[in-house]
Amino acid sequence: MVQTGSAAAGGLATPVLEVEDLAVTFARRGEQPTRAVDGVSFSVAPGETIGLVGESGCGKSVTSLAVMGLLPRRGVQVTGSVRLDGQELIGAPDRVLRSLRGADMGMVFQDPLSSLNPTVPIGTQVAEVLLEHREMTKAEARDEATRLLDRVGIPDPARRLKEYPHQLSGGMRQRALIAMSLACSPRLLIADEPTTALDVTIQAQILELLRELVVDSGTALVMITHDLGVVAGLCDRVHVMYAGKVIETADRHDLFARPRQPYTGGLLASVPRLDSGRGTPLTPIRGSAADAIPWAEGCAFAPRCDNAQDDCLTEVSGSTVPLEPDGPGRELRCRHPLEHPSAPAGASAFGTDAPGAAR
Amino acid sequence: MTAAPTSPGKDELLRVEGLKVHFPIKRGIFFDHTVGHVQAVDGVDLVVSRGATYGLVGESGCGKSTLGRAILRLVEPTAGRVLFDGTDVAALKGEPLRHMRQRMQMVFQDPLGSLDPRQNVESLLSEPLHAHGLGGGKAGIAEKIRTLLDAVGLPSAALRRYPHEFSGGQRQRIGIARAVALEPDLLIADEPVSALDVSVQAQVLNLLEELQERLGMTYLVIAHDLAVVRHISDVVGVMYLGSLVEQAPADDLYEQPLHPYTRSLMSAVPVPDPGVEERRERILLAGDLPSPADPPSGCRFHTRCPWRQKTRCDDEVPVLRELGPGRLVSCHWAEEIRDGVLHPRSPEEALHAGAAARPAPETQPGDDDPSPFLGRDQPLPRAEQG
Repeated sequence: MVQTGSAAAGGLATPVLEVEDLAVTFARRGEQPTRAVDGVSFSVAPGETIGLVGESGCGKSVTSLAVMGLLPRRGVQVTGSVRLDGQELIGAPDRVLRSLRGADMGMVFQDPLSSLNPTVPIGTQVAEVLLEHREMTKAEARDEATRLLDRVGIPDPARRLKEYPHQLSGGMRQRALIAMSLACSPRLLIADEPTTALDVTIQAQILELLRELVVDSGTALVMITHDLGVVAGLCDRVHVMYAGKVIETADRHDLFARPRQPYTGGLLASVPRLDSGRGTPLTPIRGSAADAIPWAEGCAFAPRCDNAQDDCLTEVSGSTVPLEPDGPGRELRCRHPLEHPSAPAGASAFGTDAPGAAR
Repeated sequence: MTAAPTSPGKDELLRVEGLKVHFPIKRGIFFDHTVGHVQAVDGVDLVVSRGATYGLVGESGCGKSTLGRAILRLVEPTAGRVLFDGTDVAALKGEPLRHMRQRMQMVFQDPLGSLDPRQNVESLLSEPLHAHGLGGGKAGIAEKIRTLLDAVGLPSAALRRYPHEFSGGQRQRIGIARAVALEPDLLIADEPVSALDVSVQAQVLNLLEELQERLGMTYLVIAHDLAVVRHISDVVGVMYLGSLVEQAPADDLYEQPLHPYTRSLMSAVPVPDPGVEERRERILLAGDLPSPADPPSGCRFHTRCPWRQKTRCDDEVPVLRELGPGRLVSCHWAEEIRDGVLHPRSPEEALHAGAAARPAPETQPGDDDPSPFLGRDQPLPRAEQG
């Protein structure tokens, strides 16, 4: 396990990526607009890995697409600020974004098969990035592609260059995708659930690869995942998202030892762990993510929260729940956080009330 | 509740003997001929005690789902016997088989795909009761369905609604209610929670445990998530390329995995605790699962095994043998590995050893991949510890 420098983690180094108050609204005619991402701010320094964690529908993937400028124009409204090395990306012309994507920022998607073109050999797809962004001849690009495939651990790269995506295994496809995103040594890499589709032994290989890349090249890595285990092993800082907002931010050690948001605590208490025996009770969170209420009405997690009280609702308290500093390096959006040090996370009297909670 | 899986006796509900499922690989358009077989399940023996939970783990493609389906005769076994409460299910036909199915039910992975989108919940849940002539008329069935909904934690208003109107967790509850409607003795759950969000997974796991306690069902839980299997199982079987490589009482297996594959698998699972993550021993496996159409000779795991030895591993098929009470392992060197006599090699060493042992045609200078298999990755250097 390699720790990045404290300077990077402490935010002293100039951040590669700064996201400020990012909001994404999807609007369809005749329907209520949906606010998928609602005022998200974070920054990543070189060599730092941050995690965006949350369940499906919490807006973590939309955040990454908004950063990369990959959301469609039609019916989508993106506001706020995304700066890559100080350069504003929101509202930047397509030409500029195109020159940045692949060169300065790369992305690895969840499903490697559908992110690769099935009709084009792997080598051509890797070389395409090089031809586009680095002034190389075809022969040079080919050699470089071989070197890249070798670097991400694909055996016999010269032969693999001529193969099509369907001829590779899932793990190798994901490696090829990582090779493509690394082709121009980007300053920023966004990995959206890069291991969710893979088996655990392959997942371990891919995570090891990402970990090495961050250390070797000082790439800033944004890791988007729902797997708290992956976060615990890889990320320096963790942002927990719920219903489009960041609800808790902390250093990974702090977060896992002392989760403050009841949602974070609930997530940790509801995941079966390999190192706890049979009969260790799981305390699920009541209901499902669909039970969230709009943030304007109160804390979106309140309907599922065991700590919820009347003033979690905007009606009672008069203001929406703010994201406030909560001790060194931590931020929290909660009026009734979990208290430590004694009780274990999420151990609440109502925890096992699961069946009655499904509405 | 935990019974030694090998002790035969009255309290065993399911016994699988030498079960094989081979799928033919066909070529040709008009006159297709079989060019080979995918050996999805290749000689599995297992015993599940009444009232216990047997967890089956393995990576995708190891044959665990096919095994589950073959037990229910949803796919035809190629060879072997499935004794359910003393009756050979594999030999049953027609009406007796249909009656037998009343006692063994299945919960599927994809809750939406396994529910008919055009049937409402009432119709979905009453269908098995009608099919088996149970429930005692209209009033009886209606009463029964209400009890079922209550048991799985759905409101009675759900009766008139259709599958698409529910969330993933609720759909899985409907699937479970349908399987439980006939009060089966055996419930086979194939990846019951893998399609669900983490916070909802725990609800469904708790529901399964609660129902087992209330109805005294026996479970065969198939999953790729080792933590889920550990949480729910009494006995765990680990599959690799169509056969069981290790079987043990759950806590023993996780305390001290004996087979090299189990050890690597356990070491690859991330734990949501940074402290544990930093201390965790990581055994990175080289490469991917070999093709089950052309499994390696000898021990099937030898191509990726960090403990592979020069003798026996490549050419001698290990049998599942008993190393302790209820602990079955199929590895020639299990004792030596347990006692720390043999040490694992890093994946590069393992590959170099492999390259020395095999002729490696068509490889370029400096390329040390000896693998003839499609889909074999080169390993990464071992993680720095600590």
